Amino acid sequence: MEANKRNSILFIILIVAAFALFIINISLGSIAIPLKDVFKSITGSIASKETWQYIIVNYRLPKAITAVLVGMGLATSGLLMQTLFRNPLAGPYVLGLSSGASLGVAMIILGASLLPVSVSAFLLSSYGIVLASSLGSFLVLLAVLAVSYRLKDTMAILIVGLMFGSLTSAVVNTLTYFSTAEELQKFTFWSLGSLGNLSWTAITILFIAVLIGLSLSLISIKSLDALLLGENYAKSMGLNYKKSRLLIILATSIMAGSITAFAGPIAFIGLAVPHIAKLVFQTSNHKILFWSTVLFGAIIMLICDSIAQVPGQDFSLPINAVTSLFGAPIVIWLLVRKKKMMG
Amino acid sequence: MDSTILSSSNLSIGYKSKKDEIVIAKDLNLNLGAGKLTALIGANGIGKSTLLKTLTGIQKPLSGTVLINGEDIHKMNPAALALHLSVVLTERLPPSNLSVFELVALGRQPYTNWIGTLSKIDIAKINEAMERSQITHLAHKKHYEISDGQLQKVLVARALAQDCPIIVLDEPTTHLDLLHKVALFKLLKKLTQETNKCILFSTHDIDMAIQLSDEMILMTPESITQDMPCNFIANGSFNRLFNDENILFDNQKGKFIIS
Repeated sequence: MEANKRNSILFIILIVAAFALFIINISLGSIAIPLKDVFKSITGSIASKETWQYIIVNYRLPKAITAVLVGMGLATSGLLMQTLFRNPLAGPYVLGLSSGASLGVAMIILGASLLPVSVSAFLLSSYGIVLASSLGSFLVLLAVLAVSYRLKDTMAILIVGLMFGSLTSAVVNTLTYFSTAEELQKFTFWSLGSLGNLSWTAITILFIAVLIGLSLSLISIKSLDALLLGENYAKSMGLNYKKSRLLIILATSIMAGSITAFAGPIAFIGLAVPHIAKLVFQTSNHKILFWSTVLFGAIIMLICDSIAQVPGQDFSLPINAVTSLFGAPIVIWLLVRKKKMMG
Repeated sequence: MDSTILSSSNLSIGYKSKKDEIVIAKDLNLNLGAGKLTALIGANGIGKSTLLKTLTGIQKPLSGTVLINGEDIHKMNPAALALHLSVVLTERLPPSNLSVFELVALGRQPYTNWIGTLSKIDIAKINEAMERSQITHLAHKKHYEISDGQLQKVLVARALAQDCPIIVLDEPTTHLDLLHKVALFKLLKKLTQETNKCILFSTHDIDMAIQLSDEMILMTPESITQDMPCNFIANGSFNRLFNDENILFDNQKGKFIIS
């Protein structure tokens, strides 16, 4: 029961940290806004300067919310993939889900000109892009899953994911060759990844998508626990394997797809964050891992975004660069101290 | 045979490929009773695992049925089957941080709510299973920190916690030294006597199986027969097991000797 007490304290610390970082994230940027004013404007009162109010409501708050949603969603889909594929190195980026989403988006941005205007107008809207991107990651996930059936070795699955990633980027490259400069620019900006510039409508769509994904994950917690012993044991304990696997796959592709659609492909969060949660809480119990992964996802994405803004400077770094700087060393460290506990 | 729980009728086992069927055995009529420890023996590659997989519902039979209390297990849904039958498999566990207690607790999944919360009854059953398997002192260790022999007992405890009348184990004594083999066999024997469970296990430790099990299922290329160990000894069945002139079964000593 001591472990329970420890976990409760950890959860309280994480929740407080997430709120604090949310406020700090909003206050930092090319113009520093005092925490007091940040707090005022997001709770509904008026900040002491009108420009501050404007910056917060139209730029910083949407970006902070996006960071939280992206962090939560990517980290959770990483956790689901790691348990489903029984592989500590699985994650939406590694398994090629982000590439699949890229392919979906590329098809739309670069290929829309080939379609009638009425169709392309819908496809180029936020809904169209989310749909294409989720579909892209769903198809890649299905393909990886189909191949993984024939492979007993879980490491081979990663290589398969990598290959699908290469395949989809090859198709994307071919598409760029045939597209106009304007389309190309639009796609390039998207593929660099960015948490900013999302309209409130886009954030609402992203919020709904992540909420659906997280809810599906929440009802999969029991199956995920059963899958810790492998497919056959899980079935012997009454798990409807096909149904559970479908739910897990749907949750992952909805989250990874929609996030990639709006924020571009973001590396390493899905892979590294679940490990941080596992390391801190020292458990494989998904009831605890789910919530801790969600919280750590939000926290780490907020930190990465705060670093990316380079406080006090006029320029900002691409978010992908920051998450890679943070995530790549973790992966190397994991491989070096590859022990049985990773899971 | 009033105590029969698990039985097969005209069962054919094997694999279906695109072109044809590979039949491993056919016309199997086995009867496993409550409170009986049954050992499944046979040479490597004879199809013990296939038989166990078919009897536990993991693999479909080519024809015939497997019945639990008269109900066809291949028509039951996994949730219903999980209340009748629990398993200990040979496959290695995927990497995880599970503690021994958590691993045993997973056996309660058929009874817990949608998110897997353990009730007081569940916790009592888990503790009982751990006590019976003598692993209570390991409860807070991680499952990768304990020895193979201890892990095997933990897996038995998990199957016990599932609280089913039937437990099927696939080669539970492989990789264990003599001491732990004996300990595991005695544990299985004790469980059948104390809890009146029907326990079926496959093994290569034939001498020990002869001494401890109530019944045996003998798999040879020609036939699959079920009988009591003393009858198998009396009719010389063990000599048919390997079909090799270098290995002989000594009826007096009750074990194999190299000639």
